[in-house]
Amino acid sequence: MSLLEVEHVSSFYGDFQALYDVSLAVDAGETLAIIGANGAGKSTLLNVISGLFPNRGGAIRFEGRLIDRLPAHLRVEAGISLVPEGRRVFPSLTVRENLLIGAYRRRTGRWDVPAVLELFPLLAARSERRAAVLSGGEQQALAIGRALMANPRLLLLDEVSLGLAPVIVSQLYAAIPQIAAAGTTVLLVEQNIEQALAASKRVCCLLEGRIALSGRPADLSRDAIVTAYFGI
Amino acid sequence: MEWVNAVVQGVLLGALYALLATGLSLVFGVMRMVNLAHGDLATLAAYLALVVVQATGVNPFLALPVVVPLMMVLGYLLQRLLLNRSIDHGPLSPLLITFGLSVIIQNVLLDVFSADSRGLDAGTLENESIHLTDQLAVGVFPLLTFVVAVVVLGGLGLILARTQLGRALRATSDDHTAARLVGIDHRHLYAVALAIALGTVAIAGIFLGIRTTFGPSDGPTRLISAFEAVIIGGLGSLWGTLIGGIVLGVAQALGNQVSPSFQLLAGHLVFLAILMFRPHGLFAPASARQT
Repeated sequence: MSLLEVEHVSSFYGDFQALYDVSLAVDAGETLAIIGANGAGKSTLLNVISGLFPNRGGAIRFEGRLIDRLPAHLRVEAGISLVPEGRRVFPSLTVRENLLIGAYRRRTGRWDVPAVLELFPLLAARSERRAAVLSGGEQQALAIGRALMANPRLLLLDEVSLGLAPVIVSQLYAAIPQIAAAGTTVLLVEQNIEQALAASKRVCCLLEGRIALSGRPADLSRDAIVTAYFGI
Repeated sequence: MEWVNAVVQGVLLGALYALLATGLSLVFGVMRMVNLAHGDLATLAAYLALVVVQATGVNPFLALPVVVPLMMVLGYLLQRLLLNRSIDHGPLSPLLITFGLSVIIQNVLLDVFSADSRGLDAGTLENESIHLTDQLAVGVFPLLTFVVAVVVLGGLGLILARTQLGRALRATSDDHTAARLVGIDHRHLYAVALAIALGTVAIAGIFLGIRTTFGPSDGPTRLISAFEAVIIGGLGSLWGTLIGGIVLGVAQALGNQVSPSFQLLAGHLVFLAILMFRPHGLFAPASARQT
């Protein structure tokens, strides 16, 4: 049994269909990357898994349990945490307060404030600053740290690299193996193909709301990926 | 000396305005919702205390442990069953619903208690005073009101600053979608916020009922005072609300010193001046000023 099973899920924005009959399984302990162009439905898929958007049709199972009707805040309690696109840290709260509120559902595990500050040393010096004054990279680290504070079994990362300098991106991606080593399964969404292939054990490519390709990075040819990515 | 006296009385009156405004400030801060029934809920609390006093013959202060929890439960249910349904449809829906609520409360009070002015009698405490100098005396009850206002505002400030509930309220105020992503049930939290707000409203309503008489249609006047205190102090700042209440109280007391008919007008003029020259209020947090 996989940790997360997405079966024949569709999703809509009003009349626009963003996901068509998507099926996907994530095993405990693996790091899976979802790649795809703008508007391919990557973020929608994460939002459906985290419960922010409803799925229409199909089923979503987590640890074997059907969670389709579970509201977003209870999915956090169940062990699914999303680092949303655009980071969305709480600007008026300090770094420390952002982390503390991440532990709202009181799940226990490896991650607490000292552990997160050790993972992201750039946050440690700024722990009493308000999140609003942080740089983009620091906010992204904080958003990941905040999600880790919930001690999730499944961590969903949406476009970690968006708008950040390459040196910061590699610092953030360096944390992923440590997160996985602590027992958290990682499902990440990425436009940057190189980054995604390097960070994951398996990739899925979404094209216009459908899964166009999936497999281990080593088994996929460059041409196949480009075709699945752009649809040409 | 008369002027000093006026300022002192104004400060003490201002604390009552601040107490009344606390709930309004909290609800706006957390939900961006303006509760037009706020003043009527304060009046309702005073009438509930009156019922308790008449039924048991106790001092109105002893009605607090009954009325405050009752109003908190009312607040939770009101948000959960009624206001949460409207809050996703923009700011206008809750405005209309609370306006309707205001009308309903006034008419129910009128129907049940008649239009007569009523009062809560706290006994001799109401008339006792402490002489600071030969010419300057402060009443024990206004002083008690001041202390209660500072304790309530300070306590609420501590909850917001130090506890997980406080962080959750501030986080939800910042971004309610992100709040869901850390596991906060924002609908429950909104209801908790209104429960806390109505708890403070109940205290304010009872103290107001002891200080002056009240009638079924007094709510809107109370609402205006509370609004002015919140705006003068700056939206989103609890201590600002206390200062706002005090500025309003002092302005009214000084206006009264000039001419009794000038009392309320002086308060409104100061409010208008603040709106013109410092539209974000005296103590708005930096984040509010940027927007």
